[in-house]
Order: sequence, then C-alpha cells, then structure tokens
Amino acid sequence: MIDVIVIGGGPAGLAAAVSARDNGAEKVLIIERDTCLGGILNQCIHNGFGLHRFKEELSGPEYASRYVEQLENIEVLTDTMVLEVTPQRVVRAVSRENGYIELEAKAIVLAMGCRERTRGAISIPGDRPAGVYTAGAAQRYLNIEGYMVGKNAVILGSGDIGLIMARRMTLEGAKVHACVELMPYSGGLTRNIVQCLNDFDIPLYLAHTITRIHGKNRVEGVTIAKVGPDRKPIAGTEFDIECDTVLLSVGLIPENELTRGAGIPIDRRTNGAFVYENMETLSEGIFACGNVVHVHDLVDYVSAESERAGAAAAKYALGSKAAGRVITVENGEGVSYTVPQYIRPENCGKTASLFFRVRNVYRNVRITVRNGEKLVASFNREHMAPGEMESIVIPVSLVGDAEKLTVSIEEVK
Amino acid sequence: MFDVIIIGGGVIGSAAAYELTKYNLRVALFEKENDIATGTTKANSAIIHAGYDPVPGSLTARLNVRGNELAHEICKKLDVPFKETGSVVCAFGEEDDATVKKLYERGVQNGVPGLRILNKEELRALEPNISEDATSALYAPTAGVISPWEYALAFAETAVVNGLELHLCEKVTDIKENTVVTEKGEYGAKYIVAAAGVNCAEVEGYVKEPDFVLKANKGEYFLLDKSAFGIVNTVVFQCPNKNGKGVLISPTVHGNIIVGPNAEGVSDKTDISTTAQGLDFVRNAAYKSVPSLNLSANIRNFAGMRANTNEEDFIIRFVSPQFLSLAGIKSPGLASAPAIAEYVCELLKDAGLEMSKKETYTDSRSVIRFKELTAEEKNALIKKDPAYGRVVCRCEIITEGEINATFKTPIPPVSIDGVKRRCNAGMGRCQGGFCAPRVLDIIHKNTGIPKEKILKDKEGSYVLSGGAL
Amino acid sequence: MAKLICIVCPKGCHLTVDETTFEVVGNNCPRGAAYGKAELTSPTRVITSTVKVEKGDICRCPVRTKGAIPKGKMFDVMSALRKVTLVSPVKIGDVVIPNVCDTGIDVIATRNV
Repeated sequence: MIDVIVIGGGPAGLAAAVSARDNGAEKVLIIERDTCLGGILNQCIHNGFGLHRFKEELSGPEYASRYVEQLENIEVLTDTMVLEVTPQRVVRAVSRENGYIELEAKAIVLAMGCRERTRGAISIPGDRPAGVYTAGAAQRYLNIEGYMVGKNAVILGSGDIGLIMARRMTLEGAKVHACVELMPYSGGLTRNIVQCLNDFDIPLYLAHTITRIHGKNRVEGVTIAKVGPDRKPIAGTEFDIECDTVLLSVGLIPENELTRGAGIPIDRRTNGAFVYENMETLSEGIFACGNVVHVHDLVDYVSAESERAGAAAAKYALGSKAAGRVITVENGEGVSYTVPQYIRPENCGKTASLFFRVRNVYRNVRITVRNGEKLVASFNREHMAPGEMESIVIPVSLVGDAEKLTVSIEEVK
Repeated sequence: MFDVIIIGGGVIGSAAAYELTKYNLRVALFEKENDIATGTTKANSAIIHAGYDPVPGSLTARLNVRGNELAHEICKKLDVPFKETGSVVCAFGEEDDATVKKLYERGVQNGVPGLRILNKEELRALEPNISEDATSALYAPTAGVISPWEYALAFAETAVVNGLELHLCEKVTDIKENTVVTEKGEYGAKYIVAAAGVNCAEVEGYVKEPDFVLKANKGEYFLLDKSAFGIVNTVVFQCPNKNGKGVLISPTVHGNIIVGPNAEGVSDKTDISTTAQGLDFVRNAAYKSVPSLNLSANIRNFAGMRANTNEEDFIIRFVSPQFLSLAGIKSPGLASAPAIAEYVCELLKDAGLEMSKKETYTDSRSVIRFKELTAEEKNALIKKDPAYGRVVCRCEIITEGEINATFKTPIPPVSIDGVKRRCNAGMGRCQGGFCAPRVLDIIHKNTGIPKEKILKDKEGSYVLSGGAL
Repeated sequence: MAKLICIVCPKGCHLTVDETTFEVVGNNCPRGAAYGKAELTSPTRVITSTVKVEKGDICRCPVRTKGAIPKGKMFDVMSALRKVTLVSPVKIGDVVIPNVCDTGIDVIATRNV
C-alpha cells in the first residue's frame, strides 16, 4: 500500500509530494502524464517565478528543478496517464512501460492543474481556419518545439500567458498588432502589461472583443468591436486587423475530470473541488491543490498551498484524521470565491489562510471578514483587481463560535 | 478506361464507391480536397433519420427508409459508431399537434417501423428535461445518431480495399462525353457518377445546363461538452411550422450534445462561417425545447452547407447517356447514403453496365478504440504495442497507438483534422489545445512530412509559419 | 510626476516618480525605488528565450540573461542567441554567452538538458 499518491508532477504535485515525505509519509508516488516532471513550468521560460519562495527571479524550468532536486525517496511514474480515481482511493493508470495498472493509496493528492479556455468556450463567430491557438499551445510550439505559429498576431484576452506570448513572439520577430480584452480592465498582472505590451508599443484594447475571424484555410484577419457594459459588441464600432494568427488567452479551467469521476463535489465558482483548510476535498483522504482547485497567478502560492495539502495527506496516511466543527466561508460583496470554502478551526493551529478573487478593480478599500453583522477581521488594500489573487490570514482566536464567515470588499470608513 | 468514375468523396460518393466495388468493375473516385468527408458530410446534424418526413411516394421517402435500415447493418459490419437513440418531434400547441399527426401518417405510409404519438406525460417520461410547453410528440424508435465522417471513411476505405482507385486533391474541371478532365489529367469512363454535394449544379453544368436551381443553405451549430450529455436521450426535433423547421438537440454518438441548425440561404456556397446572429437564433430556438440547456458548455461552433434546390425531392437521373447526376442531396442524404448507392447500381445496370458481383470482396472493417477495451484487453494491447500505453488526447483518451494506426488504414490522413476524423484525437473539450502539437509530431514521424508543411485541415491551412528556429 | 507600474516582482506596485529628483512613492520595497529611478534614467530588462541544443532529449534549451540588460539591446541579444547551438549535456546555470553584447551580463541556461 502506498501512503500518498500525487496525481500530476507540475508545481503543485512536486511541492505536495516533497511535503508529504517531509511530514512522515514513507511511500510517496508521483504520477505524471508527460515524459518529464515540471508540468507547464517547462514551457514557461520567462522569469518571475520564485520571488516569494526563493527570493530569486527564476524561469519556469529553474523553479521546477528546485523541487525535482528534492525528490529523494519519492517514487515517480512519468509518461503515465491516470484514467480513474475512486473514492476508495484506488488509482487506475496506463503507460507504455507498465500497461494498465491499479494502485491503492492511503491518501491521494489531486494536482492535475488546469487547461485553457478555447474558441468554442466563447463562441467567436466567423471562419474556422488554422491559425487560432490558445496562447499555451503557441507557447509549447515555440518554447519546447522551436517553431513559430505565425508572423502577424492578434491576441484575444489579456491573461498572463497571452501577454507573455505577445512579448515572446515579438522578440522572435513576429508583429503583434493588438491585445484585445473584453473587460474594461486587464486580466493579467499589471507588470506584464508594462513589460510585454508597453515595451513593444502593442496596443491594448480594453472593453473590446473579436467579433469575427476571417480566412478560409489560414487566418487572414479579425474584426474587432467595442463592447458595452453588457459586454456585447456595439454596432458601428467595428474595425479590421489583418493577421495570420489569433492567440486566445481567455481564461483557465481547472482540469477536474478525475475529480468528477470520483464523485467529489465541485464548487461552481472555482470549477475546482470544495476544500477544507487543509486542502482535503469533501471525499475523505483525497486532497487537492494548485490550479486544479482554483486558478492561481503566482506559482509561489501554488507551492505554498500544495505543501499544506501534502502535509495533510501525509498526516491522514499516518492515521490522523481531521475532524471537528465546520465553518462555511461565503463570498460577500465584491468577492467571487474563497478557498478554502470550509474551515475546521480545531484543525487550523493559530491562523487560517484564505485565498480569494475580487469581482472588480478597487482602490483604497478594506477586506472584511464578518460573522453575520459582527466584524471578525478587516484588512486595508490600496489596490485590488480580479487578475490578482488576494490572501488574508485570520487568527482563529477571533472566529469564536461562528458557523459562517463572510468575506466582502467594503469602503473604508 | 474505367467502368465508373465517381466525382466527390463525401458520404454519397463514398457509399457509391463501396457498393460499386462489390462488382467486377474498375472504379475511380475523384475528390478535390485532401481527404474524404471534408464538405457537407463533416458538418451536419449527424442523424440517421427514420423517414417520416419526406413526402410519401417520393424518391427521398423510399431511399431514407431503406437507408436507415441499411445503416443498422453496415455500421456493425464496418465498425462505424452508430446508436439507435430514437427521435421525437415535439409539438408546442394545437397547430403543432396536428402536424405531429400528419407526420405520423406520412411515416406509416413511408413504411417507417414503430412510430408512436406520445402524449405530454409519455414525452416527459422519455425526455425529462423537455419544456413544460411541449404538448405531444412523434416518437420514431429507429432514428439514430452516427459519426458521419467515419461512415464516409468506412465506405471509402472498404472500397479502396476492394479495388477503388482513389484520387484525392484532384478537382474535376470538365466532363466531355466519356472523359473526365481534372487538374492533373484526363480519364475515360463508361459511366460517370457525380456526387458533388453543394457543387452538384456546377459539375452537372459540365455536361448540360442544370434544370434545377441550387439554393445553398447554411446551418450553424453548437457542440457541447460531454458534461452536458444526458440533457436529452433521443434526437429532439421541433415541429416544422410557419416560423421554420425549428432546431434539434441531440446526443452525438461520441457522447456530446449537438444543437442546431438554423437555415440561411446564402449566395456563396463556400461560406461556412458562423455568425453571431445565426448562433443567437439557434440558442433561442433551442431553449424552447429544453429551457435548462447549458450552452455555456459549448466546445465548438461550426456551420455546414446544404445542397438544397428548388425541388423537394432528391434529383437523381441520367443527364446524358454516360452521366448520372446525384443532385440536391440534402437532408436526409446522410441517412439515405447506402440506399442511394444501391439505387446508383440499379440505374447503371438498367443503363447497360455489365455488373457481376466479385467472388470475394471485403465487407468488414475494424477499429481499435482503446478506451472501450477491458483492463485485460488494454494490457494485452500495450504489451503488443507500447504506443497504446501513451495517452495523447487526454480529453477523449486517445492513445498514440490509435493515432499511429490511422496511418496504416487504406486512406491515411494528411492533416491534424484528418487524424481527428479517424480516431477522435482533438475532438474533446480542449479542442486539440493540448494534443495538437503532439499529433503534429506523430504525423511527422509517420509520414516524414516536415512539421512546417503539416496542415490543420485543407490545403493552405498550415499550422506553423516556418521551419524550426 | 511619472506614473509607473513596478515590474520588479509580480506584485505590480503603482509608483509615482518625480522626474527631476527621481524620488519614488508607492513602492513596497527598496527594489521598487531603484526600479522607478532606473526606468526613467536607463531602463533595463531581463531577456528570456531559447537556443538550439543538439543530442539532448529536447531540441531547445531555455536561457535568460543573468541580470537585466539595457532595454535598447533586447533585439541585439535575441540576434546573438540565434547564432548559438549548445550540445547536451547542459546544466542549469551554464554560461551560454558570456558578457552578451558587451552588456557585462552573461546568458545562462535555465534547464538541464
């Protein structure tokens, strides 16, 4: 019997596995579908990873290697695809080397990451030529395989991968004509707007969208229009840009097919499993961490969260079950979700960490945590945006006998 | 000199080739694109209609009912994904109720087996998510859903095994009596059969000014993620009425939900773009049948062109002594395909073509679908060929072994979409975002085509803009 | 007063920089102050890219400049990288191009190949 099986060898899985071992699990196994560990970090060759964790600015592969180097006494199955996870913690997988296998674990950590939203998810009308890629697919072609997908690009969505690809393609000699964002604010980190768009004079069209893709076989251009407050195109504002490539950076979706298959409840707000303070899902002994739970913007936070999940999985595998009363965390005004959704105060130690995103761009506001009307904690913020994940730490001693905590954005009084 | 040249590699031309290669004939098929099933065949509702819709006594009525019957057998023989889901035509009000009765009577006259009129309660028992406003429905148990491109490929591949000479990427530019002129050469044939789909008028025009008018008609669709599967159990149609034919919501044989189409007459028959208006129409119309339909589970929009004409019936006849034109094959063309092929053989025989069945011919085909195998079968297969142990398309669970296998079929793919049509890699919720670079690599390894020359689909649809950096 | 967004770390502090004294307001750390001044006097950037690598398990090796280089030299560095072919084994931190384009900064490998 394996103590902890970690599904996914990206940043979340690596950190969870290392932490599970460090917290006493003897037999830890990582199952990764790619031929090497590191997950999406391998194609994220840009820098900016690890500032919190290692106080250094690393590239994605460097960040991954910091964890790969720590895998002593951890078993790894690469090139192995998990097909099924059961609530009884049986994992069924398939690989070239071992064929179809069935493994049992005392605890499981789900760390499958996320995938990109596609053209279909947002129903962009027009022709269906080659040349429309998710930014991540274009990134793989370029950074792993060494091929450019196009020479003249328009990017839809101002998510970080799209912005990073705007710079990357420009540096490789392509012309990026525009970055088009549906919302009136950017979805990516502001520093990426500066160093990926502004540095290269790439115009950012906020509150605009692509209303039509042109080109029978290969993309020949796009029609762009301004959108109103209802995010619907405004007639008469259309203009065309000639291009051979459209990159989509329109959001990420946690990859929860295995989670759903195991019957684990999924939060519609995050598209990830509901989790407790220790990243345990509502299915006992199955934990989840990283982008499969909620989409992060910094890998450093993924690592931190995954270490908690790994430690909790090890603890569970060693026979110590988390228990106690449960507080439900709810999103109030301006907050689109929180992780965790449930807190068991007896399980928390002195503090409980909460991660969440806001619905809008805010300046000079405060984050409040309330038990009904009663203020439990409050945190001032100068600047908040939906593209930037927020975190707060609540002292458990302040929670009292609350059954429900509501996190909201309020004006500073 | 060929006995028969077929023009067009859609499901009709392919079915004709399948049927004709059972005989001692020299048969060739010319297709202008780089693969089978790239036109209307790949972009339609994917329904094997039961046959209650066509006017009794029409050619369409006879061929549809016969085609449905044949589809059941052929899909088993040729290993084509097909499921007899049944269909319901839903009525919303008294006027529609009357239409349902009329369709029932038509169906009975056409010889459609098992038709029944369902009352509101029976309909809701069959389709629990149907709108409260639905008042009755015509239930046709023999209707089904199919993989249209795999149907066409199964026909064409089997035909190739039985001696069909297949010419892809070779557009027919003229026909002179017994000679077919293409971009690449001239070919003699005793008989020429045109199955050119939306290009039927153009091809027929090589021989004689057509006596019908093509009214190309575009239909747009949503294809929903597997998470939406189960919202309907059968093909759910709406009653045709003065507002139009309505849209359908149907399971697909691959486990998705398809929603559409609208119907828009277009002047450019090559314009298969989707439009905001068209999609909005489909969206709103679909909610009428199933108000809880989750269209945000959409993974792909597409549009297909239908070869509608000024005539309601299929237009199948000799235009010259050598030239048999299959024109105006719109819905239920897919359902009728094998029956049209039988009919083509009859007509050629009547015209004087000597037709004797081959003593032996292949009438079977099988495809390995990894995810459908038992654990033991999976293990045995991976032991034999480890490539079946590597999952390339994670959404549809398609292995490298299955993709490699497509290159050993009688009509190997030349594009990423060609691979998709043969083994479903890239058909899932991420639409190839994850697997396309890997599939491209596998195409390169199997064919030796340089990566930068590999196509997404048709000629000109290059994936990469140049060679390696 | 110049309004800038700090790019030193992903936090993205909103800086206000005095164009004559180069005094910075809005930064949460000293690196932000340095960035604010540098951005107005001599802006610099880190370049990340890939170079060809032979005989390895992958065909491109990711690289980066070990420190920031003058913004104006970004495309020169890219040209220099295009001329490089590494041969496996490559280790993280291996110098790919020393003192690239006379910037005083080395280009280093960021993946083991």
